[in-house]
Amino acid sequence: MNNTINLVVDGRPIQGRPGQSILEAAQAAGIWIPRLCYSKGLVPHGSCRLCTVYVNGRPQSACTQPVAEGMFVEANSQRLLELRRDLVEMLLIDGNHFCMFCEKSGSCELQALAYRFGITAPRYPYLWPQRELDASHPDIFIDRNRCILCARCVRASRDVDGKHVFGFYGRGPGKRVAVNAHVRLADTDAAVTDKALEVCPVGALVPKHQGFTVPIGQRPFDQRPIGSDTQPEKAPKTR
Amino acid sequence: MVAKQTKRIVIEPVTRVEGHGKVSILLDEENRVTQARLHIVEFRGFERFIQGRPYWEVPVLVQRLCGICPVSHHLCAAKAMDQIVGAERLTPTAEKVRRLMHYGQILQSHALHFFHLAAPDLLFGFDSDVSTRNVFGVAARYPDLARQGILLRRFGQEVIRATAGKRIHGIGAVPGGVNQNLSPAHRDALRGEMDRILEWARAAVRLAAEYTTTHLDSLASFGSFESNHLSLVQASGAMELYDGLLRAVNARGEVIFDQVPARSYTDHIAEEVRPWSYMKFPFIKPLGPEEGWYRVGPLARINTCDSIDTPEAEAARQQFMKLTDGKPNNNTMAYHWARMIELLHAAEKINQLLHDPDLQGTELMVRGARREEAVAILEAPRGTLFHHYRVDQYDQVTMANLIVSTTSNNEPMNRAVQQVAATYLSGRPEITEGLLNHVEVAIRAYDPCLSCATHALGQMPLVVELFDCQGQLVDRKQRGG
Ligand code: FES
Repeated sequence: MNNTINLVVDGRPIQGRPGQSILEAAQAAGIWIPRLCYSKGLVPHGSCRLCTVYVNGRPQSACTQPVAEGMFVEANSQRLLELRRDLVEMLLIDGNHFCMFCEKSGSCELQALAYRFGITAPRYPYLWPQRELDASHPDIFIDRNRCILCARCVRASRDVDGKHVFGFYGRGPGKRVAVNAHVRLADTDAAVTDKALEVCPVGALVPKHQGFTVPIGQRPFDQRPIGSDTQPEKAPKTR
Repeated sequence: MVAKQTKRIVIEPVTRVEGHGKVSILLDEENRVTQARLHIVEFRGFERFIQGRPYWEVPVLVQRLCGICPVSHHLCAAKAMDQIVGAERLTPTAEKVRRLMHYGQILQSHALHFFHLAAPDLLFGFDSDVSTRNVFGVAARYPDLARQGILLRRFGQEVIRATAGKRIHGIGAVPGGVNQNLSPAHRDALRGEMDRILEWARAAVRLAAEYTTTHLDSLASFGSFESNHLSLVQASGAMELYDGLLRAVNARGEVIFDQVPARSYTDHIAEEVRPWSYMKFPFIKPLGPEEGWYRVGPLARINTCDSIDTPEAEAARQQFMKLTDGKPNNNTMAYHWARMIELLHAAEKINQLLHDPDLQGTELMVRGARREEAVAILEAPRGTLFHHYRVDQYDQVTMANLIVSTTSNNEPMNRAVQQVAATYLSGRPEITEGLLNHVEVAIRAYDPCLSCATHALGQMPLVVELFDCQGQLVDRKQRGG
C-alpha cells in the first residue's frame, strides 16, 4: 500500500502521510502556515481560522483538513496574508492587549504574528471589553483580558492533564474561558506544571511570580520571528 | 466680608518644560498679583487602573506613567516589590546593577534638561528672541556644547540599555532583584566613553557655576524665596539618590526631621487637596499645609545633604555651599548649578560601578517572607519619588499611592511664578513678552514633568489668556504652534 500522498503547496510538490493535516505536512516540508489555536500534540480545534488556506480554490483550515492526493494548496499568498492580518487585528481589538506591560511580551504568539504580518496598530476601534481576573490560585494567574479563546488550555487540561479544569461559558462576544464549573481556579486541581499553562499562546494563563525574569533580547521572539524555525521570514508588505 | 475680586491671567502651555501646563495669575482690583497657579495634568486614573494587577507587573506597568523618567518609576516600584516578596537585602549584583541604571537615568535626564531646555535661557538671556532661544539656537552658536549635551544624554541612555535591555521602557529590575547583570561587553564599551563623559560633566559644572556666580545679583531676586527642603540622605548624611533615609531642613538649614525610613513617611508627610487642582499638595505634617510645603530635586538634595561621596562632586558642592556660608541656597536659579553637580556625581558613580566586579556577579534574585504593604522612596532626577502599595494574599494590588516630584514642587513653582509675575506685571492686566519669558524660565528651573507625556524638544505652542475679575477673557496671546 502506498503511504505517500502527493500534493502541491504554493507551487511546490510535497508529500504527506494519510491522516496528516495540511498544516503538518507543509511544516514537515519546510512551509510554515500561521496558526494560533493549533498546538502540536493537541487535537486540532479549527477555530481561529488563521491557518486558512485555499485548497483547490476553496478556503479550508489547514490544521483540520487532512491531505489528499493531488491537492493544490495556496498557503502563503498576498490575499491570505491580508486575511490573516484581519484576523489578528480583530483578535487584538477584541481583548485588552497591552503588550507594553504584558509579561508574555516577546514570547506571545499573538504579538509575534502581528509583528510578522507587519501590523503596527489595528485599523478597527478597540472594544475594551470587561474581563475578569482570577488570582485565587497560589501559583497561577488568569487574565481574561488577554484570552483569545483558542481552547488550547481546554484541550490540554482534558486530554493531556486529564483534569478538565477549563471550559467555556457564554456565547458570541460574551464567551469566556471558564474554570471547571467552579468559580475560582483555586477550587480546582490545576497545577502550575499543567500542560494547560504551557500551551497558552498569550498571557491569559501564566505562572505567578515569574513575569519579566527573562531579559529583553533573550525572549523567544526577540531573536527570530515566529515561524522562522520552519520557514525564514519574508519581509511583509505593510499597508 | 465680601471676597476681594480677582482677575485671572492664564498662560498655557508653558514652552520647553516637558509635557505641558497652564499658568493662571490672579490679580486684585489694583492689578497686583495675589496668587499664581500652575495647572498640572496628572495621571489620575493610574492608582485605580493598577488595582487588581499582579505585583510582579507593577515595576513594568508604572513605567508607562511617564515618558520622561520611566526608569525612576521602574526602580521605585521594584524597590517596593522587593519588600512585598520579602527581599530584605538584594544581592550586591542586583543592587549595583539597579544603581547603575539609576545613575544612567540621572545623567541622561540632567543632560537633557541643562543642554536642551535650560541652556538657551542661560546662554542667550531670558529676554532674548524666542525664535532662537531654543536648542537649535544653541546648536548654531555653541555647536560643541550642543554636541556634548547630546552625547552625555546618549551615554546615559546607553547605560540604561545595558542594564534594562532598551533605552526607553526597558525591563531590568524585578521583585527581589534584577533579570540580568552587566555583560563584560557592555561594561567595556561604556568604560571606553568614560574619560570624555567625566570631562564634559566637569565642564558643565563649571559653566553652571560661572553663570550663577556672575549673575548673582539678578538671580537673587528672581523667583527666590525661603522654603523647606526634602530629600533622601545616607545614614552618614551624605547625598543618596537610590535608597536612603528622609531628611528635611528648613530655609536656614535646621533639621525638621532626619533618618526617617520610607515606611514611616506618612508620620511626617501629609497631602492636601485643593479645589482648583487635580494635583495634591504634600506638606511636612508638624508644620501644617501653610508652612510645611517644601522643595525637592537637585537644589533640595544639595541643601539637605552634609556631603557627597564622590570626590569631584563633593568639591563642587563645597564651592556651591560657600556662596551661602554653608546654609541652604534658596535661589530658584541655583537649581541649574545643583543639577550639574549631580550630573558629575552620577558620572563618577557610573565610573566606579564600571570597575566593580560585582556587576558581573550571577546571583540576581532573592526572596523571603511575603509582606502585604510596602513603601519605597527614590530620588528621581526631578526629586523625591514615593511609591506606596498594598498587595493582598492573592498577589493583587489593592492600593497604590504615588507622590511624584513635580507634585512636591507644585507649591514652590507657584511661589516662583507669583514672585516673577509680581516683578514683571507692569500694573496693567496685560501679559507682556517679558512676563511670559520670565514665568517660563522660573518654572523651567524646576524641570517639571507637567503632563507625564513624552517631551517635545521644539517649541511648543504657548497660549496666554487674560481674564478680568468677572472671569471674562479680555486678552489672549499665542506663540508658536
Ligand atoms: S490553527 Fe487552524 S484554525 Fe486555528
